[in-house]
Amino acid sequence: MNTERIKRILGRIPLHFVVISLVIIWLVPTLGVFVTSFRSRQAVRESGWWTVIKGAPIPGKEEYREACASCHGMDGKALAEADLSDPEVVGDYVKTNRLLPLLREEIDGQPHVEDPEWQALIQDKSRTKEALDKLSPISQYLSTLSGGSQIAKYDLTMSNWIDALVGYKGTETYQEDCATGVSKSGKFKCDASDLLNPEGMARAFVNSLLVTIPATILPILFAAFAAYAFAWMDFRGRMWLFSLLVGLQIVPLQMTLVPIARLYSRLGLESSFLGIWLFHTGFGLPYAIYLLRNFLGGLPRDLFESIYLDGANHWTAFWKLALPLSVPAIASLAIFQFLWVWNDLLVAIILLPTNPVLTYQITNLIDPRGGNWHLLTAAAFLSMIVPMLVFLAFQRYFVRGLLAGAVKG
Amino acid sequence: MVPKIMKQGTLTPWLYLAAALIIMLVFIVYPTINTFVLSLRNKTGDAPASVDCRPGEPCWGIFENYRYALTNPEMVQALRNNALWILLTVPGTVGAGLMFAVLTDRVRYERLAKTVIFLPMAISFVGAGVIWKFVYYLETGGGPQIGVLNAIITALGGEPVAWLTNKNWLVNNMSLWVVWIWLWAGFCMTILSAALKGIPTEILEAARVDGATEWQVFWRIMFPMILPTVTVVATTMTINVLKVFDIVFVMTNGLNGTEVIANRMFKFIVTNQGRSMAIAVLLILLTIPIMIINVRRFREQEAIR
Repeated sequence: MNTERIKRILGRIPLHFVVISLVIIWLVPTLGVFVTSFRSRQAVRESGWWTVIKGAPIPGKEEYREACASCHGMDGKALAEADLSDPEVVGDYVKTNRLLPLLREEIDGQPHVEDPEWQALIQDKSRTKEALDKLSPISQYLSTLSGGSQIAKYDLTMSNWIDALVGYKGTETYQEDCATGVSKSGKFKCDASDLLNPEGMARAFVNSLLVTIPATILPILFAAFAAYAFAWMDFRGRMWLFSLLVGLQIVPLQMTLVPIARLYSRLGLESSFLGIWLFHTGFGLPYAIYLLRNFLGGLPRDLFESIYLDGANHWTAFWKLALPLSVPAIASLAIFQFLWVWNDLLVAIILLPTNPVLTYQITNLIDPRGGNWHLLTAAAFLSMIVPMLVFLAFQRYFVRGLLAGAVKG
Repeated sequence: MVPKIMKQGTLTPWLYLAAALIIMLVFIVYPTINTFVLSLRNKTGDAPASVDCRPGEPCWGIFENYRYALTNPEMVQALRNNALWILLTVPGTVGAGLMFAVLTDRVRYERLAKTVIFLPMAISFVGAGVIWKFVYYLETGGGPQIGVLNAIITALGGEPVAWLTNKNWLVNNMSLWVVWIWLWAGFCMTILSAALKGIPTEILEAARVDGATEWQVFWRIMFPMILPTVTVVATTMTINVLKVFDIVFVMTNGLNGTEVIANRMFKFIVTNQGRSMAIAVLLILLTIPIMIINVRRFREQEAIR
């Protein structure tokens, strides 16, 4: 009995192994971008993001811990009279040939270095070269300590996110350059107004919201009326028109961009929010009508008959019966349309070039030589936060919408 | 279908339909026709195509833009790539989706596993492009490999690989296909999983009692029963692949042998609109068969209702 159970559990190990591996493979690429977005430019360049897990390697840290930390402390501040984080104190001692004689001197009659092994090495004049070699990582760490910024470069930081939000592309971070006054010369004022920088992700985020929200509501509104007519009204050509709609669902977006762009430039709608709302409405409608009509058509006939017997007409049946009952379908649709518009790149590039949305702004940040992963990863994640939250919160509705037949173009 | 009592005037339905129909007419039907007309003009689309052909040179008259779209080497490459995309990623995504649906169905953390695999659907192709560009990143300046893939390879003692700028164009394309499967496998899995769960358990149990192996249960019972859904998913994926743009645009911009139709069309969208539109027409011609399949399937479903 018991062995049977163990056998069954053992037999399932390959299954668990495969499923868990898949989950990990699916997660790792995104995780890499997420972790990288919190690492400084220098840290990103010098080590892979996965090294964060075991703690970033800071050159010389281990040697310093062995030889110096017991008195000076890891931060170098433990002895007030010899503060190693003070550049004035450390001064020239970052050079190993200056550091070695210092360490050979006694302090208050005691050897400078407590650790016996280090002590032996330092005092042995015949091993001077070896001692110098061994000291070089320590002196490197001293310069890190007294430089201050170096060490911070290996800590996790929010500076990439801030740089991405304001659109700062300097070699140092926005905050550092603001502190030293370097960035004030240009278009950055180092106050909240920098968030409005047209090249920043904050502005793009607002643009994305401005595009997406109306472009989600409008098609659903128009589709609800049309879907009701298709589901509960009798008219000539109903079937024929609806079949056409099924076909229209997969017309490639690419087919319509140029004529619409030309039309807009004649109407003065180029690079306007209204223009892009209407375009997304047009493209969202076939699928929205299709989905809502199928849902409305599936509602029980008796409901409509009885509300009619109570003296309702189509208008009241639509508002009092059809619309409240189709809330689940509308929810699915809203999530679809929201994700679709939020994630769109092509339409935004062509129809809204002067007000870049998130996707477009990211493509502006891509450096073909891969020199700004710290910035790009933060920007990419900024664009993903909202759709991921929407998706995780309303996954049920999203799946339901998919199952109702998603073939949207 | 509609109850008698709900009979309405002939005008009423059109009032309900008007807004939607007008918008679709303006934004889908008119531009589609206009695109076709523009494709028959000259290269840039600002004048009628010249019909005077010079002797000895290939000339398709007003179809000159189509000659470009079908014979230019870059376009031929794009057409070849799109064909490969369809041939490889449609089975790839559907197959992966089916496998995941079957596997996750058997573990207790099904919901969690599915959410993770489905999650890429929520993010933009641009975001996915950045994510994978980082995975594939090749450090050539002498620093350590900070892209996961090349870091693993070098850790195992291998030479880092140029995943997106390889001399072998197939490698570059394969790198893009992997991203596509990562993005869409969750979509296929979700739909196929729902279909699998719709199979009555008695049938599966009966087969198992009769001594069928899991392998046989899958291929002899499950797969034939969900075949209609598999076809729907496959046609949907075909359409999606046909229009693939963002991924290529962000990751390689069509360089090193990775050009696709939609990216080609985008390149000309400002400068050479005539050509661009001919390429767009090519795209819609390729989708028409699927359009017909979809409409026909819809009609069949309606007949059953």
